Amino acid sequence: MNYELRMINLIINLIPLFPLLGFLILGLGFNRIPAKVASVVGPGTVLLSFAGSLIVFFHLLSGHGTGGSGRIVTTLFNWISFSGFTISFSFLMDPLSLLMLLVITGVGFLIHLYSVGYMKGDQGYNRFFAYMNLFVFFMLLLVMGAGYVMMFIGWEGVGLCSYLLIGFWFKNQEFNNAAKKAFIMNRIGDLGFLLGIFLLFTTFGSLNYLDIFGQVKELNPGTGVLTVITLLLFAGAVGKSAQIPLFTWLPDAMAGPTPVSALIHAATMVTAGVYMVARSNILFVLAPATMTVVAVTGLATVLFAASIAIFQNDIKKILAYSTISQLGYMFVALGMGAFTGAMFHLATHAFFKALLFLAAGSVIHALGGEQDIRKMGGLGPSINKTRWVFLIGTIAISGIPPFSGFFSKDEILSHLFNRSSILYIFALAGAIMTSFYMFRLYYLTFHGKFRGTAEQKHHLHESPSVMLLPLFILAGLSIAGGVINLPAFMNGSAWLQSFLAPVFSDALPFLKPPEFEPGPGLEWLLVAISVVCVVCVIPVAYLWYVLSQEEERKEPLWQSFLRKIPANKYYIDELYDTLFVRPVMSLSKGFHEIGEKKIIDRFVDGIGVLVVRTGNTIRYLQTGHVGFYVFMMVAGIIAVLIFNLVI
Amino acid sequence: MITGILIILPLLFSLVVFSLKDEKWIRRMAVTGSVLEFLVSLYGLFLYSTQCHCQLLLNIGWIESLHISFRFGLDGISLLLVLLTTFLTPLIILSSLDHPYRKPSAFYGLILLMEMAFIGVFSASDGLLFYIFWEMALIPAYFICAVWGGNDRIRITFKFFIYTFTGSLFMLVALIYLYLHTPAPHSFEITYLYAAHLTAPEQIWIFAAFFLAFAIKIPIFPFHSWQPDTYTEAPAGGTMLLAGIMLKMGTYGLIRFVLPICPVALKEWGWIALTLSVIGIIYASVIAIRQSDLKRFIAYVSIAHVGLISAGIFALTPKALEGAVIQMVSHGINITGILIIISLIEKRMKTREIPQIEGMANRAPWLAALFMILLLGSIGLPLTNGFIGEFLLLLGIFERNVWMAAIAGMTIILSAVYMLRMYQRTMLGKLREESPEISDISLAEAVPLIPLVIMVIWIGIFPNFFLQLAEPAIREIMNLIHG
Repeated sequence: MNYELRMINLIINLIPLFPLLGFLILGLGFNRIPAKVASVVGPGTVLLSFAGSLIVFFHLLSGHGTGGSGRIVTTLFNWISFSGFTISFSFLMDPLSLLMLLVITGVGFLIHLYSVGYMKGDQGYNRFFAYMNLFVFFMLLLVMGAGYVMMFIGWEGVGLCSYLLIGFWFKNQEFNNAAKKAFIMNRIGDLGFLLGIFLLFTTFGSLNYLDIFGQVKELNPGTGVLTVITLLLFAGAVGKSAQIPLFTWLPDAMAGPTPVSALIHAATMVTAGVYMVARSNILFVLAPATMTVVAVTGLATVLFAASIAIFQNDIKKILAYSTISQLGYMFVALGMGAFTGAMFHLATHAFFKALLFLAAGSVIHALGGEQDIRKMGGLGPSINKTRWVFLIGTIAISGIPPFSGFFSKDEILSHLFNRSSILYIFALAGAIMTSFYMFRLYYLTFHGKFRGTAEQKHHLHESPSVMLLPLFILAGLSIAGGVINLPAFMNGSAWLQSFLAPVFSDALPFLKPPEFEPGPGLEWLLVAISVVCVVCVIPVAYLWYVLSQEEERKEPLWQSFLRKIPANKYYIDELYDTLFVRPVMSLSKGFHEIGEKKIIDRFVDGIGVLVVRTGNTIRYLQTGHVGFYVFMMVAGIIAVLIFNLVI
Repeated sequence: MITGILIILPLLFSLVVFSLKDEKWIRRMAVTGSVLEFLVSLYGLFLYSTQCHCQLLLNIGWIESLHISFRFGLDGISLLLVLLTTFLTPLIILSSLDHPYRKPSAFYGLILLMEMAFIGVFSASDGLLFYIFWEMALIPAYFICAVWGGNDRIRITFKFFIYTFTGSLFMLVALIYLYLHTPAPHSFEITYLYAAHLTAPEQIWIFAAFFLAFAIKIPIFPFHSWQPDTYTEAPAGGTMLLAGIMLKMGTYGLIRFVLPICPVALKEWGWIALTLSVIGIIYASVIAIRQSDLKRFIAYVSIAHVGLISAGIFALTPKALEGAVIQMVSHGINITGILIIISLIEKRMKTREIPQIEGMANRAPWLAALFMILLLGSIGLPLTNGFIGEFLLLLGIFERNVWMAAIAGMTIILSAVYMLRMYQRTMLGKLREESPEISDISLAEAVPLIPLVIMVIWIGIFPNFFLQLAEPAIREIMNLIHG
């Protein structure tokens, strides 16, 4: 028994250690390590972590050695510790972190495997895997940590890796700009997160989840300090998960190699914000105001990002906006208290979005780097396998049954319907847009006539099997992923619901109960409505983007005007540039040229001049005549005497 | 005893180096002396942690009639700074070896002399002794900058000298005033100074005088205008000594003298100092964004970083103070490392102007990687040394004043802005066609950098050793503040 517990503790500690080891080997070995070794070390370490996660998962399911609490806490060492202030390096294993763990290492491994083919022959092959392994390490710290500081370590660490990988091809300064933008925007959110951590500490005297969540139940719902804490934490989530207003870095982040977009900017890192809110569920439900902010932010992001996605022409950017939009769904769900629904959508989204990105990578690969869908078209026959897996991903994200995305999205939609019909209608509108832009993307890429160059047509080729295998596995998961949480009205077991129940059980009593409990009939009706809606737009997309062959349709002025605004992303980048970047730059110039040179330097010089002048004046007193000195001395003595007499 | 050796040893080696003619031997003796000194300080650490966890004392009579004597003592804070000095000095000397400095005997001799003065400042437990070493450090610094500096060195160095010397005079006045108010028989000994009877208005004057001296040395906004010029004009090794070690004399002085001697004044007027420090963080960070000379850039970065340290000191909370001490060590390590990198860049590109440098990572990937690690330490990424200090400092300031912490916290955004901008401009991008043939970092060049990089990560992952070293001394100072 004791032996078993120690084994499990060891495995838990090894899970993040494997990728770290991989990073050290590849990082220190640099280019001296042959690419073949890197191809084994890179994906291999993540596979080991996946195996470890599975072992811990089944151990936790069996319920041994957790004392019935359903969680394991292991402490590696005391990190910061003095004068009674202690932050330890410890891990918390519970259903929530395990779910994240399996997604990260599982999907992460597949993407690593895919990269072996995708990055083949790249100059920085080893460096790529070193960064990817480092990313997995920090991501694991983020979700395994037993407290907010541990989460923050991982949080900032994945930000660094995101920076390094977006700017992976560092010869291109545009890419470097994108990388820098991502890091800085994330840090804006991180400041909020950090202040939230400080406020948590001053309020609860600890930064461990279990300590805080244990105490927080004694506070009254809506306590001001909780609202502030959760808003600050949410600021961090907004940055990391690319929600309004800190979302503009994610589309730019597509500068990185496609596997990076799949792993970091779709499946894992950007969902860290969702994980954070879900982890802090008890704090958030006790701050109803924040919950509203979360839901509204999420919903606004759903619609905003989807409307931009419709008008984009870069295959990866469309997927990026769709990621922002799908993350928005998760936040709506969180804000309405559907924590399981958010985590369910997080998992299925990881499957189908990773699939879509990797398939897009396969397309880009086939076309020798082309990303503009206006120059694609008719690729279906030549890269048939890629086409099919892409279609599977498209159906899944559109929410068409029985693919995984349908179940997770439907759970969120029905949850919304029971609580707020307005939110439901907007969310449904978002789903319709999703289906439309995804099928637009699919049709423009794989159907119609080929619009690229003759040379590209000549070189068209299907990707190697090392890239296809992960695609097939992800396609399988995208189809069947829904089974982990089949709803009860479909005679499902809602397994995920019961698995995660211990994590969210404390929060549920504080949630507003639904306005009414829908019967199975209504549930089926809702399903029918949403399915009909999303399916209906598919023929429209087909009509517009395949059948109508006119490349440039004449459109009325107002229409082109309407199109232009979302096509230019509502000019948000330009707005931020005018509002923040330029003022800071002018301030910098102003401080330097006026503050430094005109004010402070002049003032200091002024003192210098004053001293010299005073010296020049006083100098005349030193006449050298003894008589003058004697006179001054006597005068002085008399002055002192008079002074004393008067006082 | 050990403290005495620590002070005598660099002096002896400095005299030896001064007297040597052969360049090879000058370098050998300079390296030997500084490394030996480091080993002795390690032994001191060993003694400290095994024997007593209290002070390592040395007391020799000097001017009996005035009760002035050579009193030295090392507590946790002093010891950390002594270790920082003895750790950095050999690395600074090593990184200077391949520069063809004129009159190397004088150059290295002065560095060792400076090291002695630093050790004296950090270990003196007597106000007058502290002052003497404080001024003694200024003289070699002046000569190093004035003799081996850039084109404008004479004017700039003169400004530096006058500026800091003026500040020191205020400190001297304050010390003498304090001496006269110590319990009879008057003494400059630190415990006597702590026990001086001062009324509240007197404390405010003493506080103002000390603050001026230390604020100039650190420097705290708006007393910093000597610093960017001096850092830019000084020779590479000189800048490292100034930024890596010398400015810690100021922050150390605040902790050692101002906090225990003027608690009442601090409670009343400390917020001004806190506010100035926080303004300095934002002000210098914003200026740093647009700087084009790498050394001037790093000068402003340094003002921003030490602004956070001094803000933490004036926050008067144990966590902020602990953070300030660890951050003094980290700042010394990081800025010395970055300055070494800058000197390597200058050596290769023949310029320090950021717009003229691009794409060095293409040819010098190891240089770029080491640079990145130091940079991450400097922007306080978790698991690097900078995070420990920044986290504790901001948390400590937060406990004092939420808004000050929020404004000071902007440093985590601004530091990313200026650092990544600079890194992108110099290291990333394509190598220009007209740029000279550049090579990656050589083993000899890497020798001084690698210990620094290791420390960046070591302190980041295992900060406890350092934090606990300083803990008893900090507790003592907190007791003195809160009476």
